[in-house]
Amino acid sequence: MDMNPSPSLELSYPVEGNDFATAGEAATRIKRMLKQIGIDPETTRRVAIVAYEAEMNIIIHATRGILKLRVLPGVIEVRAEDIGPGIPDIPLAMQEGYSTAPEHIREMGFGAGMGLPNMKRFSDEFWIESQVGKGTKVAARIYYDGSSDRGG
Amino acid sequence: MTLAEVRDILEAEVLTGEENLDDIEVPRGCGCDLMSDVLAFAERRTLLLTGLTNAQVIRTAEMNDLAAIVFVRGKRPPCEVIEMAKERGIPLLRTKYPLFESCGMLYKAGLRGHLK
Ligand SMILES: Nc1ncnc2c1ncn2[C@@H]1O[C@H](COP(=O)(O)OP(=O)(O)OP(=O)(O)O)[C@@H](O)[C@H]1O
Ligand SMILES: [Mg+2]
Repeated sequence: MDMNPSPSLELSYPVEGNDFATAGEAATRIKRMLKQIGIDPETTRRVAIVAYEAEMNIIIHATRGILKLRVLPGVIEVRAEDIGPGIPDIPLAMQEGYSTAPEHIREMGFGAGMGLPNMKRFSDEFWIESQVGKGTKVAARIYYDGSSDRGG
Repeated sequence: MTLAEVRDILEAEVLTGEENLDDIEVPRGCGCDLMSDVLAFAERRTLLLTGLTNAQVIRTAEMNDLAAIVFVRGKRPPCEVIEMAKERGIPLLRTKYPLFESCGMLYKAGLRGHLK
């Protein structure tokens, strides 16, 4: 509550499609960074979940991308941009339980079709846009320090 | 329920985190093999029971601030996965009982899930 991070902090992490060896590393770093600068545990958890789902979606569904974190007073932004197949039907992809993940991905514990709904659930503002054959962009904002209206 | 009680009930082997088992209280449990479901529904400090043993289980526990992980049906995660959990201070247990039985034994002893 009384610990304030420096006014603005920006970090970005490249993410490679299909790279399961280090999958989740970007989200881990984001989580550690937020803890280090004194962001409260519940906000940190929400940002970490959003970042992790975004990172995993690039690894599972796209060719490559970038995960960005921006910490501002009162709000934390997570952005993921990728080059990949894109999403033809966004309302469908946003439905809980909808997944195109193949069997070998499901065996690893993914493909519940909950990733995008989770990102929305744990953020206060959420955007997604996609172009088939080009790529996908998602952005989430999470409020903290009393200015939050606590979505999830 | 403490993690020490979980260990005793499930006759579990402790793979890492032995030191703190008496001190860690788990308010709830969750039996699941789909990690995004865990992220969606499990609260902080939940005990996760799962049949998966890959690194993503540890990442999921880390992101969601879960208390500990029990690997069911005698499954043993690879060394590097145990190492990851150790680094993060996440206790790992391993039981011979399958997921259904393990959850049932803990439920019978008083542990509850996330049913609202
Ligand atoms: N970055 C992306 N590029 C292309 N398609 C995507 C991307 N992200 C999501 N999708 C599509 O949207 C669907 C739903 O995504 P969502 O994250 O909700 O579920 P999932 O990744 O399939 O499973 P889970 O996240 O539960 O492990 C995916 O199955 C995929 O078809
Ligand atoms: Mg996903």
